[in-house]
Amino acid sequence: MKYVKPESFEVASQLLQNESGTSRILAGGTDVLVQLKAEMVEPDLMVDLKHLPGMQDITAENGGYRIGAAVPGAVVGEHDGVKAMWPGVVEGLELIGSTQVQGRATMAGNLCNGSPAADSVPALVTAGAMARVHGPDGARDVPVADIPQGPGKTNLSKGEFITSIFLPARPDHAGDAYLRFIPRTEMDIAVSSAAVSLVLDAAGTCRQAHVAVGAVAPTVRLVEKAGKALEGSQLDSDAIAAMKTAVEAACNPIDDKRGTIEFRTKTAAVLAERAARIAYSRAGGQS
Amino acid sequence: MALDSNPKQDFKIVGTRVPRPDGIDKVTGKAMYGADISAPGMLYGRILRSPHAHAKILSIDTSAAEQAPGVKAVVTSADFANPGDDYFRDIRDNCLAAGKALYDGHAIAAVAATSKSAAKAAIRLIKVEYEVLPHVTDVDAAMAPDAPIVQEGRALENVPKGMSQNVTTHVEFGHGDLDAGFAKADKIVERSFKTAATHQGYIEPQACMASLGADGRGEVWCCTQGQYMVRANCAEVLGIEASQLRVISSEIGGGFGGKTTTFIEPVALALSRKSGKPVKIVMTREEVLRATGPTVSTSMDVKIGMTKDGRITAAKADLRYQGGAFPNGTVEFGAQAAFAAYDLEAVQTLGWSVMTNRPKEVAYRAPGAPTAIYAVESVVDELCQDLGLDPLDVRIKNAARKGTLSAYGPTFDEIGLLATLEAAKAHPHYSAPLGPNQGRGLSCGFWFNFGGNTCVSLNLNDDGTVGVVEGNPDIGGSRASISMMAAEELDIPYDKVRTVIADTSSLGFNDVTDGSRVTFAVGLATIEAARAAKREMCSRVAKIWGLEEDAVTWEDGCVKPAGPNAGEHPPMSLAEIAAIANNTGGPIAGHHEVNADGAGVSFGVHLVDTEVDPETGATKILRYTIFQDAGKAVHPDYVEGQMQGGAVQGIGWALNEEYIYGEDGRLQNPGFLDYRVPVASDLPPIETVILEIPNPGHPYGVRGVGETPIVPPLAAIANAVSRAAGVRLTELPMSPPRLLKAITENA
Amino acid sequence: MKTIHVETTINGDATEFLCAPDESLLDVLRDRLGLTGAKEGCGTGDCGACSVTVDGRLVCSCLMLGAEAQDAQIETIEGMADGETLHPLQRVFLEEAALQCGVCTPGILVAAKALLEKNPDPTDTEVRYWLAGNLCRCTGYDKIIKAVQTAAAEMRGA
Repeated sequence: MKYVKPESFEVASQLLQNESGTSRILAGGTDVLVQLKAEMVEPDLMVDLKHLPGMQDITAENGGYRIGAAVPGAVVGEHDGVKAMWPGVVEGLELIGSTQVQGRATMAGNLCNGSPAADSVPALVTAGAMARVHGPDGARDVPVADIPQGPGKTNLSKGEFITSIFLPARPDHAGDAYLRFIPRTEMDIAVSSAAVSLVLDAAGTCRQAHVAVGAVAPTVRLVEKAGKALEGSQLDSDAIAAMKTAVEAACNPIDDKRGTIEFRTKTAAVLAERAARIAYSRAGGQS
Repeated sequence: MALDSNPKQDFKIVGTRVPRPDGIDKVTGKAMYGADISAPGMLYGRILRSPHAHAKILSIDTSAAEQAPGVKAVVTSADFANPGDDYFRDIRDNCLAAGKALYDGHAIAAVAATSKSAAKAAIRLIKVEYEVLPHVTDVDAAMAPDAPIVQEGRALENVPKGMSQNVTTHVEFGHGDLDAGFAKADKIVERSFKTAATHQGYIEPQACMASLGADGRGEVWCCTQGQYMVRANCAEVLGIEASQLRVISSEIGGGFGGKTTTFIEPVALALSRKSGKPVKIVMTREEVLRATGPTVSTSMDVKIGMTKDGRITAAKADLRYQGGAFPNGTVEFGAQAAFAAYDLEAVQTLGWSVMTNRPKEVAYRAPGAPTAIYAVESVVDELCQDLGLDPLDVRIKNAARKGTLSAYGPTFDEIGLLATLEAAKAHPHYSAPLGPNQGRGLSCGFWFNFGGNTCVSLNLNDDGTVGVVEGNPDIGGSRASISMMAAEELDIPYDKVRTVIADTSSLGFNDVTDGSRVTFAVGLATIEAARAAKREMCSRVAKIWGLEEDAVTWEDGCVKPAGPNAGEHPPMSLAEIAAIANNTGGPIAGHHEVNADGAGVSFGVHLVDTEVDPETGATKILRYTIFQDAGKAVHPDYVEGQMQGGAVQGIGWALNEEYIYGEDGRLQNPGFLDYRVPVASDLPPIETVILEIPNPGHPYGVRGVGETPIVPPLAAIANAVSRAAGVRLTELPMSPPRLLKAITENA
Repeated sequence: MKTIHVETTINGDATEFLCAPDESLLDVLRDRLGLTGAKEGCGTGDCGACSVTVDGRLVCSCLMLGAEAQDAQIETIEGMADGETLHPLQRVFLEEAALQCGVCTPGILVAAKALLEKNPDPTDTEVRYWLAGNLCRCTGYDKIIKAVQTAAAEMRGA
């Protein structure tokens, strides 16, 4: 394995494109090093990008925030501005692994690892976050929701990598939340998860609602019908029931050591309801 | 010199909370554990493991690995000797498979190379040709007549003809007329239970450094619960003389029974013999989970009859334990322990040991007892629910006490069960209010406690200090408690005693650190060694004073003239006697060798409050209180620590920990990510109440305390969950998917 | 595999080492620098026994390459005591018997120190969640949580 710290994104992209063997990008490294240990992958090239411009920065932009791809969860969690604007995104990110893992793990890494159970992704999807992708043809902005293509798979092509994630400005009367189910209180991979982002009108009625679920399909899934079910409501029981039905219908999970199809499906809907209520209250709604 | 024969009652040092002698090293990172050693010219060993649950090994071609860069030796089972009995042959064949791979992760071959990466690369160059065989991992499936046979011809004669050859042992205990007993019952409950295998989960993986020369002399440094056991196993497996092998036990990062056997030490020795260099092997966590010993998984039936007023009339248990790919006897402990807490007129327990294609079971804290008692205490609780009886009152009514003929044979002497039950009843926890979706459960627990073979030497130094040499690895503070007992007996300050753990060449044989035997048996031997030293001191001083030996006595840490000579000479302290020892007949030491009996059983009662989320099946532990008889708590901090640690292991067993095998017979969760031991945020404070009902078999009344606390949590939590969720599970772990399914079906 | 030359600072001392590109910081500390206080309990970031701080951040040294330590400030358990004076956490862990086998202890002490530097007055729940990535199989955590709180109170008073 070669370990390189290229001097620019362009060089990084070229190195990655020219590598005939397996390559990996090192951001926080908390997934890559586990894969090395387990001998799941033996990269020929490891590209460390942490030192490049903007990778470690959180900057205000157009009323939102741009978060460098190497910013660890612990740093985002200490950023009052991001926390206040997108609490659901931050709580999802902060649920990844332990305090120690938080010292390294990043949103971009969590996204590129391609796990359907990735904790930071559902709330990024409901937030409408954009990933800035750098590649051989320069930079492009891609909705976070489009990046994951299946377990371990992304739509990034050879030579491409994420340099930052942009969280847009949040309208007034808006709030988001993320919840996951794990058997313990910490340290597990989500068995099911749900993020909800709501925008209310002044009277407390949902004007816009996004619901995304994790660990219940090959990728994190934005459930449009579930969002629609909440829109126009103040989270009354009929709206919640319709939302839960839509969530359950969107689930297509697997049976494995972490949970059954039935369990994942049921709890995803339960979590979506609970997350919706938290998001509603964060948006200033009185339920 | 008169010495007391009843347990001592008044203590100066025993019962205090002194700092442990190994403490500074352990908080500064200096303490040397198994993997912390290195040697000049050291090689790194690595083991190739079977990817199959059951397969015939047709051939192993090591030639490419032998030629690989940095590789200095490759070994297979052909490099081992042929021990004379099954016990050692099983250890050998578990260290490196002979003929058949018996489980996923079974060691096949090993290399030693100049770097970790060279060893890792070389492993892949070993070519193994397998013929995959049908496998079985479930205990009930393994007992079926047509089940794949794990090993032929291993059943003992007590197994009835016609059963699967996987059934290797049958045991039976009990007394009284069961039919008559059940006829007297107003209510009979009969249930079947299953429990998953769990792992000890010690944080330190097995690690060793071994060196063996062409002259047959060698040394092993390793983290183990018993250096003499390692010596015996290695000597037999390698075909060398025990006297030529010196085994040094490192600091040990947890064992809980799991380090009472050998996996890597014989392999490292074989690699060292072949390469002529020291070889270090450190297991990965994955190897620990796939290939070291977890506990049994079980299938059990329990039937209990009770009168309307809560008297048990008859009780029966049928226990089926699988212990992996080799015969094991753990079910015998389960069958003996199942009904130990009860005074019964009619009781029977049957046990069956079963082989499956899983790693060889190794002791785990109170081996065999937690599962059997889980089943029994669940049925007792269900009877209490059905009959509307208070579960503590029912246990008090039926409690075993002094004079009870136990279900497993012996008649109990002084035991603390009733005292712990009454303490639980009086505790505010038992009457505290509960909220919605909350439930309270309780269970009794029991462990026999071991004594066993023990040697201790106690040496007086000329500066008046004392060195104690003992042969049992200190797994949780025993050097402190041993020093305390020596200081107590000699009436010198605690910090004047230093206790060290001997290697196998420095002290006679000691059984492994297991069965909660160390504070009891090593303590007893230390006290006796101190008494021997005191007798020698009395004899020396009597000679100096020109008196007969029986004309002096030991009092207040000094030798004094006794009887008619009292006051004739000023008392001589240990320090004064030690200072002139070399001129009055030579160095002074005491030693004691014993196969200690009279360990004294230990009972405990656990109370737990749980809250169940009815929408997710998640169980939260809200409050937890432990009541346990310690006989005499030598160091109360470490007694509490044993109680708390055991309880939390039991909590993990009840809720989340399990070995999960796929259809392919491979372990699905060989890591701490999915083998889910409790983390700090899962738990409330664990409150402890120590009771002290002295053990008549120990000079200070000590009973072992380490095992009992893992026994009650399984049933206590199951009983609490059944009250919180309104539905009773009969399978462990009570993982959220399982509990949610039961809640849904019950609704 | 060609080795990489790394210059870093460990417990205040300028340190240089060579490591393989795929070698973890934990392996470097233990095998190359003789700092065996950090332990490998899992190698996958699930147990916390290898905890160190890098530029003030608590991390698992098994989840970081040695090569990434270039120009970093690393603190390990070996740097926690000041000469023969133990850090209050170390002393209180001994006084309150917050360890049994002791193998998780270095990682827990490093993690607890990082917590108290960030939050000098944590609740029990905060301590428990902060330490959720540090597995202890012996103690049931009870005495660990209490010891962290005792040390925190003492450090606030100091």
